[in-house]
Amino acid sequence: MTTSVDSETKRGGPRALHASALARSRWRTAFLLSPPLLWFLVIYLSSLLLMLVTSFWSVNDFTQQIDHHLTGANFAQISSGAYVTIIWRTVLLAALVTLTDAIVAFPFAYVMARIATQRTQRILLGAVLLPLWASYLAKVYAWISILEKGGALNWTFSKLGLPDPNLGFTNGAMWIAFCYIWLPYMIVPIYGSLERIPSSLLDASADLGGSSWSTFRRVILPLALPGLLAGSIFTFSLTLGDYVTPLLIGGSNSTLIGNAIYENLLTGGNLPLAAALSTVPIVIMIVYLTVAKRLGAFEAL
Amino acid sequence: MRRRLSRLGLWLWVWAVLFFLFAPIVTIILFGFDRSNVETWPIQHWTMHWYSVAWNDPQVRSAFVLSIKAAVAATVLSLLLGSLAAFGVHKARFFGRDSISLLLILPLALPGVITGVALNSAFQWTGITLSIWTIIVGHTTFCIVVIYNNVIARLRRTSNTLLEASADLGANTLQTFRLVTFPTIATALVSGALLAFALSFDEVIVTTFTAGAQNTLPIWIFGAIRLGQQLPEVNVVVTMVVILMFIPILIAARLTGTENFAPRVAAARKSD
Repeated sequence: MTTSVDSETKRGGPRALHASALARSRWRTAFLLSPPLLWFLVIYLSSLLLMLVTSFWSVNDFTQQIDHHLTGANFAQISSGAYVTIIWRTVLLAALVTLTDAIVAFPFAYVMARIATQRTQRILLGAVLLPLWASYLAKVYAWISILEKGGALNWTFSKLGLPDPNLGFTNGAMWIAFCYIWLPYMIVPIYGSLERIPSSLLDASADLGGSSWSTFRRVILPLALPGLLAGSIFTFSLTLGDYVTPLLIGGSNSTLIGNAIYENLLTGGNLPLAAALSTVPIVIMIVYLTVAKRLGAFEAL
Repeated sequence: MRRRLSRLGLWLWVWAVLFFLFAPIVTIILFGFDRSNVETWPIQHWTMHWYSVAWNDPQVRSAFVLSIKAAVAATVLSLLLGSLAAFGVHKARFFGRDSISLLLILPLALPGVITGVALNSAFQWTGITLSIWTIIVGHTTFCIVVIYNNVIARLRRTSNTLLEASADLGANTLQTFRLVTFPTIATALVSGALLAFALSFDEVIVTTFTAGAQNTLPIWIFGAIRLGQQLPEVNVVVTMVVILMFIPILIAARLTGTENFAPRVAAARKSD
């Protein structure tokens, strides 16, 4: 390879020179990329692959050792009974959190992108990013403090003369906490896509007699859709695999896929079943990403 | 008139969302000064007592030290690997270039529990004992993309003419890197490092599956909340974590602006 390049260089000519430069830049790229790619290949991708293989193993009931014979038993187990309920609950909650965050985020992102002055826009963006970077556990714990019996929510309701909502340690508490924690991940991409809409398009819609409602429905919403979808990827995916929030703020009926994985691995000692359960969020996310890509989620990001 | 009303409605919505975003954080900070053992709103008596309790708690101290060690090591490793990846992808034209960004974002886009179980099964299978090193490996894997994003964004904005000028003036590749490229990306590196540090310092899900017997600070907090023990101390520790994260974040924002500030969102941006 090197000799042929050398001989070409000796013969001279711009084409030969180009070839040697190209070869050099290829070597440079390979040299730069190999350490990070090796890290991902050796540590991350091979672990994922091993996890997939593990999901077809089993645990011997007597010895508690992993039996390396391939079996579909784990998948049979998670596609029936209690696990199906858990999977449905997780998917429904993730969808509900995503929908709520989209509704809460959209008007906020709209004001940020299209109404606020540049200064206010910057302040609002900071106000969204700061809570995004506040500690995850601090946010969950804050909601425990607010929603539990002696918390600020019950206090506010009693001051207003309303009955105690007593939301602490319920599925409702889990829903509120998830919506809160992932909200910035929804606002930022919607803001990004709304900010990019040229004002001329909105003017054109108004000039052609479109009411503000029809401008919203037929111009703004379709153009903001990629941002909405991108945000939904995070709210959906992050809810799908979480076990910390359900464990801390949820009730007895708040077991999600993440909890099932966590318990099987760390307390049940059943790594193969935990691995099989881990494939569920992966499959759901692959389907979700494929649909989102079809709808153009990655285009205007 | 209708237009003004809808504007008013929108601004009210903005204020409501801002309240929603900040009220919990303020609440948690206030509860750190609550004298009572059992949290009740509103706070009756104020004290700094729990701060000294947390400060003198050896468990909190050792968890804090472990968190700092792991975060620093993960940051250094991801600085190296993330900037190498950014330099490799920048300017290079080859098949599968876009897949690299996708690969790097995967540990942040997929739920953390998957990375955790995958690494845990790999460590079990290869017989690697869980320790601070396995924590570092896990954290580095999802921190790389933060550095990568920051560096590649800066490289894309740097004009080629600077590098050409340096070469024309007789500088070799190493000199150009030291005198031109490095100074232009320095703030992006620092900002990326601060974000990676904060991300690692706060991580709980991947850590649960990669930590051995020792606790990082988030693992200690998680355990304390779950068992309902030392809750007044938890308020204080959690407040300290929030403050310790805000400092690097604010510095990073100063250095590079907030463009790549939501690591998950920024990384999903299509590379062009």
